[in-house]
Amino acid sequence: MTGHAEKAAAFAADESRTHWHDESLWFVRVKRDRQAASIPEWEALREAASAIKTHTLSRLADYLEEFERNATANGIHVHWARDAAEHNAIVHQILASHNATRLVKSKSMLTEECHLNPYLEARGVEVTDTDLGERIVQLRKEPPSHIVLPAIHLKKEDIGELFHIELGTEKGASDPKYLTEAARGHLRSKFMEAQAGLTGVNFAVAETGGVVVCTNEGNADMGTSLPPLHIACMGMEKLIPRAEDLAVFLRLLARSGTGQPVTTYTSHFNGPLPGGEMHVVIVDYGRSRILGQQTFRSSLGCIRCGACMNTCPVYRRSGGYSYGYIVPGPIGSILAPQRDPRMHASLPFASSLCGSCTDVCPVKIDLHQQLLAFRKELVDSKVVPLQKRLAMAVMGFVLSRPLLYRMSGSLLRALVPGLPRGLVYGTWNRWGIQRELPTMPKESFRDLLRKESS
Amino acid sequence: MSSRNAILDSLRRSAAPATGRPAPLSGTRYADPVKQFEETLIAVGGRLVRGGDPADLDIYANAAKVASLVPGVPSRSVDLHAIQDPHELDGVDVAIIPGEFGVAENGAVWVPGEVLAPHRAIFVIAQHLILVVPADQIVDNLHQAYERIRWQPNSFGIFISGPSKTADIEQSLVMGAHGARSCTVILR
Repeated sequence: MTGHAEKAAAFAADESRTHWHDESLWFVRVKRDRQAASIPEWEALREAASAIKTHTLSRLADYLEEFERNATANGIHVHWARDAAEHNAIVHQILASHNATRLVKSKSMLTEECHLNPYLEARGVEVTDTDLGERIVQLRKEPPSHIVLPAIHLKKEDIGELFHIELGTEKGASDPKYLTEAARGHLRSKFMEAQAGLTGVNFAVAETGGVVVCTNEGNADMGTSLPPLHIACMGMEKLIPRAEDLAVFLRLLARSGTGQPVTTYTSHFNGPLPGGEMHVVIVDYGRSRILGQQTFRSSLGCIRCGACMNTCPVYRRSGGYSYGYIVPGPIGSILAPQRDPRMHASLPFASSLCGSCTDVCPVKIDLHQQLLAFRKELVDSKVVPLQKRLAMAVMGFVLSRPLLYRMSGSLLRALVPGLPRGLVYGTWNRWGIQRELPTMPKESFRDLLRKESS
Repeated sequence: MSSRNAILDSLRRSAAPATGRPAPLSGTRYADPVKQFEETLIAVGGRLVRGGDPADLDIYANAAKVASLVPGVPSRSVDLHAIQDPHELDGVDVAIIPGEFGVAENGAVWVPGEVLAPHRAIFVIAQHLILVVPADQIVDNLHQAYERIRWQPNSFGIFISGPSKTADIEQSLVMGAHGARSCTVILR
């Protein structure tokens, strides 16, 4: 099994592409900074967002019941799913009961997490992802590489080639305007044929019993205003108590994510189309377990803006696929090992712990602290490879014994410069794969200080 | 036990100690909210027209099919109330829709669902969008916006800020992803 480091190395092998990927994301981060600076009360907003999430999570069961009551009064069918399998079965059952075999989907990371598309496709449902970036990766049979910018890893030439084959655009054409126009035509015909629309949920509001979906393209609105059947799937942490709380989160979401003042469309669905049907599927799938862990609880406050990815020096240089989980970047590195610690053990280590993610997070999740805490858990539960655990144990032993520490310092200063390079940079020294040791000084700081002060 | 009760039980078992709600925020105010609204609207790809009639705009004059929901502004070659199936709206060039108020900080216009009747799809399916908003109904920020929205049971409502757009191909901004290719707001 390859971990993050191995997959990142494969990505970074193409140096110019890595550089381009890094710059593309930094461009988004700079736009985010400009928007954040335009709001004098930005920090107060982040505080408020964090406090609302903490409050909601402390009474989540009550608020979910309130939501269910009000949604039902709005004529919405509310479903509960303990895990991915139950979620997928519920969605399929709703579609089947309407004989719906053509589904248009707008962005939903939850349905990616649950692997809904292959489940439905195996049962004869044609699923079309309608967000342009998602459609691109769907046609390539790839998962999204970023939660907000699903095709950020692709160049326009890659997409031009894909559209030439799939949509019949001119060979060699790569103008984004031309390609977007082709996708508009292609997807409009999908919207016209669809029998049902599925959306994610950015926010569900207990007070109104409705859900809010944010898009720039308008795909969620096309998909829910043409076919009479709307299914909205939500992780249960998407709930907020009141409509007025939307102001706090919507002021933060697009500014943090893409550096826009707000998304083009912010749609409030408080019921079905006239004559239609609306269903909301509330999904746990491990969330209640995270809620029970004090250290990681606040990660449930995530509003999926993607800011922590855009700013992360590791994500920018290693790409979304290096994480091997549907949510990459710092937040994914906390969520993925919650799902499967053994499979995703390398992720909490895919961070320099610089804290930039924590600085930009609109709901003030202490991301880098949680990554550090997760490392400890993984080491304690022996999920981390023996080599790393041994190195840590030796370091811990030496660093907690001052005399031993000083002796090993003198010993290494005397020995290492004389050792053959092949030994110092042997395969055991993973740190040294891409780094050079600094030149060993003749004396330690302690020796120098003693000399100076005598 | 049903999944519903199993989930609620496990949430109640693992919930953190209760914390309070934060105090409401008031948000930035602008010396000239209309000017701020205009600047933001332009920044998100929209266009502001101060005063006047939608019928005077080139985009109206040049359109073959116009669907108007604004009283006093005629539709052209579209009879919204005669249409049974919203799919028939594909091909409408311009939709003219009344907005209730605008938001200075983000260039958004609030459109309550009831003004979209009989077909909600009209705001997103039309090729171009004209929103008509009362000139004295521009609020500073979203906090004020949500204070004035009255929620009806079984309803729909939407903020629209500029034209439909995407930057999914190499971060190049392109207008007209699925919805309106242009968005003109008339303040009058």
